[in-house]
Amino acid sequence: MVKILVVDDERDIQALFEQRFRKEIKNGELEFVFAFSGEEAITYMKDHDQEAVLILSDINMPGMSGLELLRRIKEKYEVPPPLVMMITAYGDTENYSLAMQLGADDFLTKPVDFTALKEKLKAKLV
Amino acid sequence: MPLSFAPLVVSLVLADKIRKYARVNSLQQWEKPLRYTLVFSVFLISTEAVLSAYSITKWIWHVYLIAMIAFSLEQKELRKLRMFVLAFVPFEIVSLITDLAEVINVDFFSANETYFKNAMSLTYIWMVAILFSQNRQFKAAEKERIKRQQEDELNKAIAIRKVELEGLVAERTAELTAQKEELELTLDELRSTQSQLIQAEKMASLGELTAGIAHEIQNPLNFVNNFSEVSKELLDEMMAELDKGNNNDAKEIASDIIQNLEKINHHGKRADAIVKGMLQHSRSSSGQKEPTDVNALADEFLRLAYHGLRAKDKSFNATLKTDLDANIGIIKVIPQDIGRVILNLLTNAFYAVNERKKLNIAGYEPLVSIRTKRQENKVEIDVSDNGNGIPQRVIDKIFQPFFTTKPTGEGTGLGLSLSYDIIVKGHSGELRVETREGEGTVFHIQLPINA
Ligand SMILES: Nc1ncnc2c1ncn2[C@@H]1O[C@H](COP(=O)(O)OP(=O)(O)O)[C@@H](O)[C@H]1O
Ligand SMILES: [Mg+2]
Repeated sequence: MVKILVVDDERDIQALFEQRFRKEIKNGELEFVFAFSGEEAITYMKDHDQEAVLILSDINMPGMSGLELLRRIKEKYEVPPPLVMMITAYGDTENYSLAMQLGADDFLTKPVDFTALKEKLKAKLV
Repeated sequence: MPLSFAPLVVSLVLADKIRKYARVNSLQQWEKPLRYTLVFSVFLISTEAVLSAYSITKWIWHVYLIAMIAFSLEQKELRKLRMFVLAFVPFEIVSLITDLAEVINVDFFSANETYFKNAMSLTYIWMVAILFSQNRQFKAAEKERIKRQQEDELNKAIAIRKVELEGLVAERTAELTAQKEELELTLDELRSTQSQLIQAEKMASLGELTAGIAHEIQNPLNFVNNFSEVSKELLDEMMAELDKGNNNDAKEIASDIIQNLEKINHHGKRADAIVKGMLQHSRSSSGQKEPTDVNALADEFLRLAYHGLRAKDKSFNATLKTDLDANIGIIKVIPQDIGRVILNLLTNAFYAVNERKKLNIAGYEPLVSIRTKRQENKVEIDVSDNGNGIPQRVIDKIFQPFFTTKPTGEGTGLGLSLSYDIIVKGHSGELRVETREGEGTVFHIQLPINA
């Protein structure tokens, strides 16, 4: 079973993911945990050492931004670092290249296409 | 040989007096006849002397003097000289009688000569007494006249000066009126410029908001779309479960769907509120105080301002802190105006922390917070930042219109002055600033509750 950490300041993201991936969750293919800020995500990672193999993070959050979170994760977890996919509402090249420089494994723009996301996850994790 | 000395003197004195009087009272028509009397008097006395014709000329003198006296007494214009003329009347009468007596009855005359002489002397005394008193009266009158004349001249001078002054005043008044009209025009122009500037400032801050608004709307719309799509899938599943007769599973799915519909509704309303807020901001203020949830206003503008800045400068990031007093209640304010103030203060705060961040100070975490607090009869709203603070030398100027330390295009310098007007003039509240260089700034708003 693969654990995915979703980081977003919108709380309803949890209900949405749980429903969008309800089959995968039911089948035990995927497990989701949620953090509602960059700081919370860092704490979770500390407490649950490397449990999450994939992190899906929003870039635009108050406080620690998704990019900052990405930088810290990639800095700290060397072998093997968890996969980090960045999501942003601002589909701009600046954020994209910055995320790539910091070692993001993928870059999605909102609104998230869940069918595409599922395929990507399967491709990356299986 | 006697000479008509006395009649000559009388005729000269009388003529002279009348001439003087005529001159002073501007009776020019007398001038010529009087000159003739003078000539006549001189002619008469000369003839008398040369021809030794006293016995004849004395009668001419009598006629001449009586004519002069009668004429003078008769003239209305010489009324004031009457007393003077009367001084000579007894003299003429007595001397005429004396002469007549001498001619008609020499014996009688000789017998009573002393009486005649005495009577003659009396007429002289009379003449002198009258002339003396008249002279005094005339002098007094003359003094009075001169005084009056001086007064008249003074009055005339005053009148002329008055006319001059009135002219000046009228001129000045016209000038001032023209200036006033010019100033009024300028004022009108300034007013319209001001309202244009206010509108421009509003549009600029709306521009700042647009990106934030787009972002803010995008999120709820994504949720609406996602939850409705998922719900459709769930309904298909529910039907399948019902077909299989798994009622319990179907019920579980149904409750998920209900939850989703609530979420759709919630996010729809959220988008709606954002659009309404945006419209409200761009609309000119109704100027009406309405019951308002200040916490909601603060929260909304915090997010909008933040995302607005983020949209412009993607690398920007700050921690937002809200400390909203749940007991704040609903207070009566002009919501658009208070929204603008909060937005202005927040935009300034974000700008300040962003500037400080550029200094790359180790461990610096940009922080912007908004706090609301209900007090007994007022509501406090504080907007704080941990930016660079405001230097002492500019702190007195920040509320002045057009004062800005920001580069052209980034600051209008109107934010704080408009905010001040809205809070102090529009809501009888207070807007104060507390700042420490290198540490940050707090803007305090106080709004009276029953204003
Ligand atoms: N929070 C703040 N921190 C530091 N300086 C500030 C702050 N708020 C306002 N100022 C100063 O006050 C000036 C005037 O502000 P304002 O009237 O809003 O105009 P503008 O923001 O267009 O410059 C700013 O240019 C800035 O120098
Ligand atoms: Mg400003």
